[in-house]
Amino acid sequence: MKARVHVMLKDGVLDPQGAAVKHALGTLGFTGVDAVRQGKVIELDLADGTPEAVIGEMCEKLLANMVIESYRVEVL
Amino acid sequence: MKAGVVVFPGSNCDRDMAVALRNAGADVQMIWHKDADLPQGLDLVAIPGGFSFGDYLRCGAIAAQSPICRAVVGHAERGGFVLGVCNGFQVLTETGILPGALLRNNNLKYICRTVELKVATADSAFTQDYKVGDSLQVPIAHHDGNYFADADTVARLEGEDRVAFTYGDNPNGSVDDIAGVLSANRRVLGMMPHPERASEAAHGGTDGAAMFRGLVGQFAAA
Repeated sequence: MKARVHVMLKDGVLDPQGAAVKHALGTLGFTGVDAVRQGKVIELDLADGTPEAVIGEMCEKLLANMVIESYRVEVL
Repeated sequence: MKAGVVVFPGSNCDRDMAVALRNAGADVQMIWHKDADLPQGLDLVAIPGGFSFGDYLRCGAIAAQSPICRAVVGHAERGGFVLGVCNGFQVLTETGILPGALLRNNNLKYICRTVELKVATADSAFTQDYKVGDSLQVPIAHHDGNYFADADTVARLEGEDRVAFTYGDNPNGSVDDIAGVLSANRRVLGMMPHPERASEAAHGGTDGAAMFRGLVGQFAAA
């Protein structure tokens, strides 16, 4: 089985990279971009039947830093 | 004082840290990250600057899971002294020994220059040879030094007098200009600036030397 983990900075944590990307989109002439948030995607190849709770534990122990980031698991 | 300096793949300030501690009178040994135990009888573990494990995933995140870091957590829990500088501070927040996290600098740039630091508390072994409000010149060299903690955590740190240093002119966006924080028992210090790079005349400044002097002196007196 495969799982895809989406890690994003929490709301309220300033994302200077997202702000720079938003600025660059404006420079390219794209209007109406109100905000950009940049995160990361981590794909996991897992043994079949790995419980989602275990994937959650992987996220909280390593893949995301819960002080600043939130995560979402998508089982594929 | 017996001190150990942890070496990860990608550490690059480990020898500077060892020299600064030795110059202050400490007996220093290097500790490899794959060791599961600390040498017997260590008083201080220093986690140096650098780019441990290439900053993969997040700065300090992989190092924080290394075998030696489990031993460092145990050392801190037993009341041992720990100093984390730059990447070492990032490692300490990733292990949870210190609260908060270090985000990308708010100007997105790697910054390498000497900045003004202000001593925010003299109530720790690390800062006892300074006075509150002392202005120090200490180099910074980081891309991810923007200290972040939620409002409750910052209020707790400030209420408990656990902010060790603040920036004179905030270079990286750190909340409340915070450059270094102490643990609740005041024996763990994490800071982004490099006192070990300001501890000999040849460095261009010696404002960081008093930290090592105070720390090592604490044990000489005991």
